[in-house]
Amino acid sequence: MGKVLSYDPDLCVGCFVCEETCSETWFKVADRQKSNIRIHDDGEGNLSAIFCIQCGECTEICPTGALSQDKRGVVRVKKKLCVGCLACVGFCPYQAMFYHADQTEPFKCVACGKCVQECPAEALAILDE
Amino acid sequence: MTTNRVLTEFTYEPSSVERGYTGQTLYVNLSENTVVAKPVTDVMKEKFIGGRGFGLWLLWHGVNDDTKWDDPENEIVISSGPCGGITQYPGSGKSLVVAISPLTNIVIDSNVGGHFGPLLKFAGWDALEIQGKAERDVIVFIDGVSGRVTIEEAPDVPVDTHLVGHWLIEQMAETEEDRYFMSSVSAGTGAENTRIGCLNFSLYDRKRKSPRFKQAGRGGTGTVFRDKRIKALVVKSPPVKGDSNHPADRARIAAAGVRLHKEIHDHDDHQNRMRRRGTPYLVQIMDDYHLLPVHNFKFGSHPDTPKINGEVWEARFTQGLPDGCWYGCTMACSHAVDGFELRTGPYKGQRVIVDGPEYETIGAVGSGCGIFDPDAILELNFYCDTYGLDTISYGTLTAFAMECYEAGILDREKTGGLDLRFGNAEASLSLLHQMARGEGFGLIAGQGVRRMKRIFAQEYGAAPQFLQDIGMESKGLEYSMYIPKESLAQQGGYGLTNKGPQHDEAWLIFMDMVSNLLPTFEDKAEALHYFPLFRTWFGLCGFCKLPWNDIVPPNNRDADEPAKIPAHVQNYVEIFSGVTGHEITKEDLIAMSEVVYNFQRVFNIRLGYGRREHDAIPYRSQGPVTVEEYEARGEYHDKQLSDVVGIDPAGMPTEEKIATLREYREAQYEKLKDAVYERRGWTSDGVPKLETLRNLGIDFPEVVAVVDKYL
Repeated sequence: MGKVLSYDPDLCVGCFVCEETCSETWFKVADRQKSNIRIHDDGEGNLSAIFCIQCGECTEICPTGALSQDKRGVVRVKKKLCVGCLACVGFCPYQAMFYHADQTEPFKCVACGKCVQECPAEALAILDE
Repeated sequence: MTTNRVLTEFTYEPSSVERGYTGQTLYVNLSENTVVAKPVTDVMKEKFIGGRGFGLWLLWHGVNDDTKWDDPENEIVISSGPCGGITQYPGSGKSLVVAISPLTNIVIDSNVGGHFGPLLKFAGWDALEIQGKAERDVIVFIDGVSGRVTIEEAPDVPVDTHLVGHWLIEQMAETEEDRYFMSSVSAGTGAENTRIGCLNFSLYDRKRKSPRFKQAGRGGTGTVFRDKRIKALVVKSPPVKGDSNHPADRARIAAAGVRLHKEIHDHDDHQNRMRRRGTPYLVQIMDDYHLLPVHNFKFGSHPDTPKINGEVWEARFTQGLPDGCWYGCTMACSHAVDGFELRTGPYKGQRVIVDGPEYETIGAVGSGCGIFDPDAILELNFYCDTYGLDTISYGTLTAFAMECYEAGILDREKTGGLDLRFGNAEASLSLLHQMARGEGFGLIAGQGVRRMKRIFAQEYGAAPQFLQDIGMESKGLEYSMYIPKESLAQQGGYGLTNKGPQHDEAWLIFMDMVSNLLPTFEDKAEALHYFPLFRTWFGLCGFCKLPWNDIVPPNNRDADEPAKIPAHVQNYVEIFSGVTGHEITKEDLIAMSEVVYNFQRVFNIRLGYGRREHDAIPYRSQGPVTVEEYEARGEYHDKQLSDVVGIDPAGMPTEEKIATLREYREAQYEKLKDAVYERRGWTSDGVPKLETLRNLGIDFPEVVAVVDKYL
């Protein structure tokens, strides 16, 4: 196992700061549809999060080799190679590969840790094993 | 870059794609060495859409009423279609090849994967139209990066396709990225000596680091290609991106694409296992329902079928690779066997990639010929492809020759020593290599079933009626791999077609025979109206048929008309609207096809065919021809006589039972013709009525002039 984000639902307060931080970091805009982490509130006080756990399954489905794991185990999208087919989006077992009409390539969590820094509840952490 | 002698050079400003169209087609004349850019007109876009529609329109204006397949004015037209080249939706990279066929003398259209069609568009062209004949072997190179088209002499370029593929990446690709965005079309040495030549469309498989090939199989387009002395067409395009097709509304396409990707991810393993087995999943199912051609369509099943069924191929195919024939096809049915060692022929001892086999190839070169050996099927598959021969026609004509051999019409003297018994794989391979070398019985067999029938009757004194009954061709094209004997609707699905008996128009066996959803002539006629038109639409737009119904949403059975897969039809409505910005409904989709389908029928009439008499089918596709065949399912056939025909078969000799069943079934087929022609708006002679042409908006003077003489 390499570098990966972790999330504790018991600590999460559902403020969505992580989502805004993420989209600000990667898309320079506060837009939850452009975040690499998605917090889900089921309306009954149960919170959960969707983000990439770097399992690498998507690297098998990619027809162009645009998805690969770096030496720390983080799956990265090489935009130059990507043909925007979104096969990885449909085939991610955790639905943690995202897409948006504003760009042709999909996007995902690369465990950069920005959201960890901004999370007021300390519900997020980067594991690096 | 090659050092070939350049005969013509044409430079152009690569135009960008807008809403699925570049707005121009590329015309190449090999007799005159000229290259011209033609504009795409409003009529073309509004009435003919793209793909097969563009092919028909361009061919119509290129040929005259008397053009034969080997006349210089015959053309090969290749076009994808407005949706071709989108990467988000599975099965969106198809090309359509249109030409006058050496087998049928009418228009053939063939739907093929590989990267050529989409890359041609991204190189700046909605279609490629090739006319004329070169004096010496040439290649045509379309460089969409520098904006240059050349016709080059090609003495050193190989002919057999797997060699062309390697030549392409070694001689034409300067960088690794060039390999990704180049594609070739080639035939092979077999296409030079037969009428059953196919075209191989390449793609570069990045994981295998090798070219792969998909085949435009039907109708002899490879024969036309080599007759024009083309060794290869090569296209090079700028890198493909998710918006290379510049759709009007990318979000709509992406949503449909992700929906289907997810459906395939979640359900394919429990449905058809296309990602693991591809089309060979059908082998066992067809055998279970007596629909798998065995021994020239005599029988529908065989005890050895488990040796060549989907389970076997799942174990032979290399698993875990993204085997789509265009980017984003997660149905990924383009499987291959890697490192297969050839044991016969000119490439004996080489280890090769075998693309396939598909279900059709297994039925044709395998069970149809009584061959149940996977290694033999792979060897036959590889050589058919590299020699540029259609596996379906090859298998069907070989099975016909085998039955003639077993019936004593042929013998070793006539076959030049080939022991053409059913099941003799060595003999089949020898025949195949003869076709490539242009030798011996291979030259006769390579003419196809229709011409073999004539030769066997005229030169060998065989009974013409028997040859007609067992020769599995209609319109001159060999049958594809479904036994239609017990489904009247499928007899129409094969016989009442434009190009000949190819299942891509209508596959109604299960609806008709198994589910009994089409009990009346009107029901059958409606199905033979809707499904051929629905399936035509794929070929207008650049789509593959398989992601439409080889995966279905789990709740499909609760839908109205589940056979139509309404949720997937809606996906296509979304995508076409999203690409072109022209909002359509599911009814429009059928209306679009109806224009092109009727135009093709008129085109066939213009060439001297396309009427009722030309929709005849051999009796073997309707019922048992021989005593052996009848008695193989004796109880079933007896029950048909008593329950359906209303005659008690007790005490009747088998010959009389066969004749009685035949009389009934042949009459049924004629009644079906009447019902279908009426539904399609045609006369009882199968000619589109003026009113039909007017309603479709194709009552152009030259179209009306063709039908006028038959009305």
